[in-house]
Amino acid sequence: MLKFISGRLLQAIPVLFIVITATFFLIHSAPGGPFSADRAVPAQVIKALNARYHLDQPVWQQYLTYLGDLAQGDFGPSFKFPGRSVNEMIFGSLGTTAELGLYAMLVAVIIGVLAGVVAALKPNTAQDYVPMSVAMVGICMPSFLLGPLLVLVFGIYLEWLPISGWGDIPGDKILPAITLGASYAAYIARLSRGGMLEVMTQDYIRTARAKGLPEHIVIIKHALRGGLMPVIAFLGPAFAGLLAGSFVVETIFQIPGLGRFYVQAAFNRDYTMIMGTTIFFSVTIILFNLLSDILATWINPKLRHQSGGAES
Amino acid sequence: MSEAIAVYKQAEQGSSLWQDAWHRLQKNKLALCGLMVLILEIILALLTPWLAPYGYEQQDLALGAAPPSMEHWLGTDTLGRDMLTRIMYGGRVSLMVGFIATAVALLIGVVYGAVAGYMGGKVDALMMRLVDILYALPFMIFIILLMVIFGQNILLLFLAIGAVEWLTMARIVRGQVLSLRQQEYIEAAISIGLGPWTIIRRHIIPNTLGPVIVYTTLTIPSVMLLEAFLSFLGLGIQPPQSSWGLLISYGVETMEEYPWLLIYPGLKLSITLFALNFLGDGLRDALDPRASKD
Repeated sequence: MLKFISGRLLQAIPVLFIVITATFFLIHSAPGGPFSADRAVPAQVIKALNARYHLDQPVWQQYLTYLGDLAQGDFGPSFKFPGRSVNEMIFGSLGTTAELGLYAMLVAVIIGVLAGVVAALKPNTAQDYVPMSVAMVGICMPSFLLGPLLVLVFGIYLEWLPISGWGDIPGDKILPAITLGASYAAYIARLSRGGMLEVMTQDYIRTARAKGLPEHIVIIKHALRGGLMPVIAFLGPAFAGLLAGSFVVETIFQIPGLGRFYVQAAFNRDYTMIMGTTIFFSVTIILFNLLSDILATWINPKLRHQSGGAES
Repeated sequence: MSEAIAVYKQAEQGSSLWQDAWHRLQKNKLALCGLMVLILEIILALLTPWLAPYGYEQQDLALGAAPPSMEHWLGTDTLGRDMLTRIMYGGRVSLMVGFIATAVALLIGVVYGAVAGYMGGKVDALMMRLVDILYALPFMIFIILLMVIFGQNILLLFLAIGAVEWLTMARIVRGQVLSLRQQEYIEAAISIGLGPWTIIRRHIIPNTLGPVIVYTTLTIPSVMLLEAFLSFLGLGIQPPQSSWGLLISYGVETMEEYPWLLIYPGLKLSITLFALNFLGDGLRDALDPRASKD
């Protein structure tokens, strides 16, 4: 197990290196510097700014400096918000996004697994078709459409829930969490239905029933463990999707999180901020993929004996 | 896509596998509905310049945003432009992005996967290693980065999306090819002196078509979703061009006063994604009855 984890961590290093290098050179190949697009600024001010941010040095030297700073965990200063560092801005908004992501994940897993298991218990009946049709709607309804529609119905017409903000008014976290989690709930419902259907035909389930175990024990103790394997494998990629989804959801609901910051930085061409968040997102995505793999091997010992676990 | 259908139709006459698949697909009402909706949409998109009731840029500022009526079936936007017309033109762009970016992914993925699977050994290991590494990259973020740095260029959008989506295709094809390689008719082809490229083109690629078609139909909706997502954020298609994602993003801004500006383009996008997903699921069941439905 330890070997597996350290192997995967070692594998993550070249990936991260590629991310950092590619992002750096992409940004530095962009036409115009970060200060040239603005209003007319005196030439010497630009020069001073360039000197301050080392933009007057050759690119490779800037690259080495950046790598050096990065090794010490320093993402550098923000170009658009003078006096604030990228670190400050990332960690200031990280909590909000993490909370949103956590709630969305809870919505997705609880609703998804419940719906999937319920559907798999009586395949090809109404109990199967209804949740699965709803799941299909969830998959075909992108978050940037679902969010506004929920706001329109529950926020504006019914006036049950607040339509924006985060933690200001009670209940304002409900709609964003549902919006972000809905399509993952739908995927998880399909995955857990498929997994459960396959497991329920296995011999050991028949054995468990033959022993006279009550049906709910058979399902909860015996079938779920195998049936949820596809769901666990999906959690890593789902997390990456949640991050991207947070761009939209935080924009719609005006939540001061990392996703909204990233979109704003992209529009402002705040290059250090884009670079910092890109690297930060990459690290978290890689870590969560690793976690999801570890969880999968922990639940299914068969995977431990396969080489390296390159699948996923 | 139309090419894929043509190949599909052609193959259908010769081999019983395709006939079987077609019969199974015909029994799947949802998939057939999806296919029909899709064909209809493609025809509509092709004929839009002749069918659209109004000009694309034709404004009626005096009218402003009006709810659906006899003159404007789906209402008008804040500048008095006919929504039906705008949705039809937006559909052209959305569908085009979906098909072209998928075609890019298809081309790269199939060739890459076929070569890796056929070569095997070290070449395969190296090529798949690269895919593993690329898989781990946060591509959504990279696409946003590309769009920000190089401007919102529609060609770049095709390439960027296509460059992301080919990875899974390459994996599927490689797996398929690995098992095909063991077959005796490939050995026969080698023994009569055919070169590897000819074998890949004549024998390997046609035999991987099934899973490739299925995955293609499932890639198109995810590509369209990606385009809509980027356009919604303001990073994809730029005005005066239009796409469903862009129309939705305008609709969101004014949804309190003029909800139809959000609902109709949203409905159109959802119906299209529905149709593609049902068709993809149906094709998967039809072409590989053993494949589990996830």
